[in-house]
Amino acid sequence: MPETPRRNIDIARLRDQHRLMWRIRALEEAALRGLGDKVVLGAIHPSIGQEAVAAGVVGALRRDDILLSTHRGHGHTLAKGASSEAMLRELFGRVGGNCGGKGGSMHIADFEVGMLGANGVVGANIVIAAGAAHAIKLKGEDKVVCCIFGDGAINRGPFLEGLNWAAVFGLPVLFVCEDNGFAATTRTASMTAGGGPAVRARAIGLPAEELDGNDVLAVEDTAQAMIAAIRAGGGPRFLHAKTYRLTGHTGVDTAPYRPADEVAARKREEPILRAADLLRGAGVAEAEIEADRIAAEAEMNAAYDAAIAAPFPGPEAAFLDVQDVGSPALGAF
Amino acid sequence: MARISYMEAARQALAEEMRRDPLVWAVGEDLGRGGVFGQYRGLVEEFGPARISDAPISEAAILGASVGAAMMGTRPVVEMRFSDFALCAVDELVNQAAKARFMFGGQTRVPMVVREPIGMWRSSAAQHSQSLESWYAHIPGLVVACPATPADNKGMLKSAIRCDDPVVYMEHKNLWPLEDEVPDGEHLVPFGVARTLREGRDVTIVSWSAQVHVCARAAETLAQHRIEAEVIDLRTLWPWDQETVLASVSRTGRLLIAHEAVQVGGFGAEIAAVVAE
Repeated sequence: MPETPRRNIDIARLRDQHRLMWRIRALEEAALRGLGDKVVLGAIHPSIGQEAVAAGVVGALRRDDILLSTHRGHGHTLAKGASSEAMLRELFGRVGGNCGGKGGSMHIADFEVGMLGANGVVGANIVIAAGAAHAIKLKGEDKVVCCIFGDGAINRGPFLEGLNWAAVFGLPVLFVCEDNGFAATTRTASMTAGGGPAVRARAIGLPAEELDGNDVLAVEDTAQAMIAAIRAGGGPRFLHAKTYRLTGHTGVDTAPYRPADEVAARKREEPILRAADLLRGAGVAEAEIEADRIAAEAEMNAAYDAAIAAPFPGPEAAFLDVQDVGSPALGAF
Repeated sequence: MARISYMEAARQALAEEMRRDPLVWAVGEDLGRGGVFGQYRGLVEEFGPARISDAPISEAAILGASVGAAMMGTRPVVEMRFSDFALCAVDELVNQAAKARFMFGGQTRVPMVVREPIGMWRSSAAQHSQSLESWYAHIPGLVVACPATPADNKGMLKSAIRCDDPVVYMEHKNLWPLEDEVPDGEHLVPFGVARTLREGRDVTIVSWSAQVHVCARAAETLAQHRIEAEVIDLRTLWPWDQETVLASVSRTGRLLIAHEAVQVGGFGAEIAAVVAE
């Protein structure tokens, strides 16, 4: 990665981003600990190393803006304002989880903060996001929809259909390709023709930018500018943020399909270290930088303890919230 | 009572609901020209192109965008043109629309009507003729409606638009020109309540959609042979009116199920299994 160019840094803002990235990292480390302790129900897809996209993009949204995420969506959800304890309860399948324990990691959602859901189907959120923006336009509201998906999603049909839809109807959506280099366990580049996500987006008529997704200030600056243009009625925009997944595809994937020296090199470029270096360079004391990590870990440890102490939902919950008409009785399906 | 066609009944139902609720809108290919069968004729003139919206030939986006729009509080009526084409959007219907409320723990509803014209029609061959209602009856979260008459197409479409669940609404293409009496004023048909169109003591015939009319004619023929058939139009497959069917079969002791779909794995098998149990 190139050196981050010198610039006037808003230290308070960078500090906020540093704190948020540590909260995301610590939440996912708690989730992985839960996987090891066998209290996580279902799969976990960590975004460790990708926190700058969540912090920079989602941090640029208003609370009433709308967010749609992927199976790798813990960071986005936390950044949008979900409670860490409710999230860990959800991952552990407990009462008080964001979805009452019925969604788990892959379907985490918090409608109170405009987070309309992670999604277990790659690329499925793109068309849903276009529709959420369609409703905003129909109702004449000034909210913006942010749709984050991975690099693997650009090879799915809904990528074409959703971007075209948003462009044709001039909808308020920011599409963000959080490119961690891997589509599950396959290098995306080996299965993707052409010039990449931004080239495809531009071909559909969306203004698109590519950037270093581990540079949280660059991500936030660009996202803010794009969101402002979208909110002003400029139609959809596309951001391609290049990052790197430091873990495997899931919490149990040791990722033997990539060389150790590649991962080691990428670890030196991960976004939290880089933000800390910038803070150090701007004169922030080491103890303060370290305090962000300590506070984040303390928050997530407390959330973890509260979550494992919470009860599981009763069996009747399996038949709640299916539908109004023809709602199933216990044992109907 | 006015005598109108099955198609006109649906057109009136949509127009009435759009006048009643500004959050109702329709989206699909060619709607601005009245839709592929003319079932949206005249609506864009009254409601404008934002609420009677054209769409690209992007089934996944038509359905998926409607899921997003429904979660944001609007009530989309989604035109899929042919039920066969809706297969390009099965993920959006089955994995997204049907499951969102449940998997998000009740944080949202997905109030949308997915219109999927079904059935054999004008020799239209393998990719424009299917009746796949049993597929959707299998999916928790969906309501499956198959109106057989103009009155039901009005009253059931209005109920579907007011329903907070995603409704797969299957109109039979051969029924578009069928004319019959439709009640004046507000006409709503509840889901899960079958219609007994002919009473009889000898045999129960259960059907839905266009086959209801075939069954009615068959019952006339049977009557000439002194066999009195009771003919039941289920109207909706999920939920389906088990009570009416079981009561009828307990009287007649015989059951015939007629549907226009592949017999293997069809919804008729579900009815037969429930009655046998």
